[in-house]
Amino acid sequence: MPVAASSGLVAGPASLDATGAARRSLSDVHLEVRDLWLQRGSRPVFEGLNCVFPRGQITVVAGASGGGKTTLLRILACLLRPNRGEVWVDGEVELTGLAAAAVREFRGRVGMLFQHGALLDAMTVYDNVALPLREHTRLGEAEIRARVETVFTAVGLEGIEALLPGELSGGMVKRAGLARALIGSPDILFCDEPFSGLDPPTVRRVEAVLADVNRRTGATLVITSHHVASTLRTAQHVVMLIDRGAVSGTPKDLLASQDSRVSGFFREPEVLAAIEAADG
Amino acid sequence: MVDVAMAVRRLGAETIETVRGLGEFGVFSWRLTDAGWRPPLRIGRLVSEVYDVGVLSLIIITVSGLAVGMVLGLQGHNTLVRFGAEESLGAVVGLSLVRELGPVLTALLVAGRAGSAMAAEIASMVVTEQLDGLRMMSVDPLDFVVSPKAFAMLLAMPLLAALFVTCGIFGGYFVGIVLLGGDGGNYLSALESAVNFEDDVAGGLLKAVVFGALVGLIATFRGFTAAPTSAGVSAAATSTVVVASVATLVFDYIITALWGV
Repeated sequence: MPVAASSGLVAGPASLDATGAARRSLSDVHLEVRDLWLQRGSRPVFEGLNCVFPRGQITVVAGASGGGKTTLLRILACLLRPNRGEVWVDGEVELTGLAAAAVREFRGRVGMLFQHGALLDAMTVYDNVALPLREHTRLGEAEIRARVETVFTAVGLEGIEALLPGELSGGMVKRAGLARALIGSPDILFCDEPFSGLDPPTVRRVEAVLADVNRRTGATLVITSHHVASTLRTAQHVVMLIDRGAVSGTPKDLLASQDSRVSGFFREPEVLAAIEAADG
Repeated sequence: MVDVAMAVRRLGAETIETVRGLGEFGVFSWRLTDAGWRPPLRIGRLVSEVYDVGVLSLIIITVSGLAVGMVLGLQGHNTLVRFGAEESLGAVVGLSLVRELGPVLTALLVAGRAGSAMAAEIASMVVTEQLDGLRMMSVDPLDFVVSPKAFAMLLAMPLLAALFVTCGIFGGYFVGIVLLGGDGGNYLSALESAVNFEDDVAGGLLKAVVFGALVGLIATFRGFTAAPTSAGVSAAATSTVVVASVATLVFDYIITALWGV
């Protein structure tokens, strides 16, 4: 059953709804999910999920563990097909019905940071990051090296090019995965749990890198996270998955929500401390 | 009555599942073959995989070939002596190895050593989302990861079978001639006159190529379709050994029956 709208929040596609902070024109919407249904075995994951991802903004998909955050990201990235529903890009291309060649073309415009990096463990970090350029461009090795080094600098990774992924720390793996996702200058960047398993300083560092990427490139970022403090620090728009549907709005909308399912998730002591710190 | 209905229903479900699995395997084999011939040809990755499958199997193939040849030499000598035909030892050892034991035992050994490792490696790439990572870079995992492994198996298997046979012939010579005092000249001349290149050697190599394709396809399929769990990795490795071994024996019979190889 889709989640009903609550005060200050929007349930369903913001572009189709004229209430609250989520009021937008279609041109502001980069990705739009319409009436998405997915069942895994006997367990329903989504039942009529609707949500939008504004262009050029950082949208955090929040929710409890097992709520379908990663599943939604995999559907957006065409790694998983839903039972029913549509995913629109720019209001023009519907992703769930695309043929393989069109999916490859779409993926040429997106980057994805996987939860555990998903770096090829038999290749060095440099070769991992250079791989998309070697596969899809005719650039010379000198130009590839220059581009890889630029991306390494952007994510704050230097001097680790010759290492294998297994020799990196968790934070380094995330940043190396991010470097690989950014090397093709994507319009859309999907990040699956970029803050999980990291110590607080590294979380802050990854947050800063993602915000910097968004600011410099104007890419649309879709981040899944159950890390509430990071969500509130990073997000410009939040899609919260509840009861197989979603509510969305700005972080302020969510904090002000009277819906106990939303407030129960966001009003943790750690979160309040983070807000105070941010205000300070 | 209810039990019969249940049994029929279960049988039907299992039949459908088997047919579905075979169809999936057929589609996978077609896509893999197609990916293998489409440019870019990944020669570097192919060479690296041939090293993993072939060079790293040299010791096990050499030792096993020698041991099997020595057993054949010993059993053959003891049996042939009873009939006063010990000069035929070279023919017995050579024909057994070239036509049957060389390709079959090589396939079983390689399935156990390299096939299971191949399936486990691909399955662990499924678990750690490395294949999804490639997909997100618009790189086809079948083309980049799977196809070089399967083709490496196809290339390495006949070479390893030839090595196995050669070592086996030396093993038979060592036991039959050096240890048991047979005549070396008889051994080699019986071998030379009994083993025909077109029928025996080419037939043995054909078997090895078919077994290489089978083991390569089964190992990569099991890895590629593994459940994304640690149990999935181990199941992929185990089932590769079992299915590839059974398939090797069944196809050995079919090839022998059809072509008399």
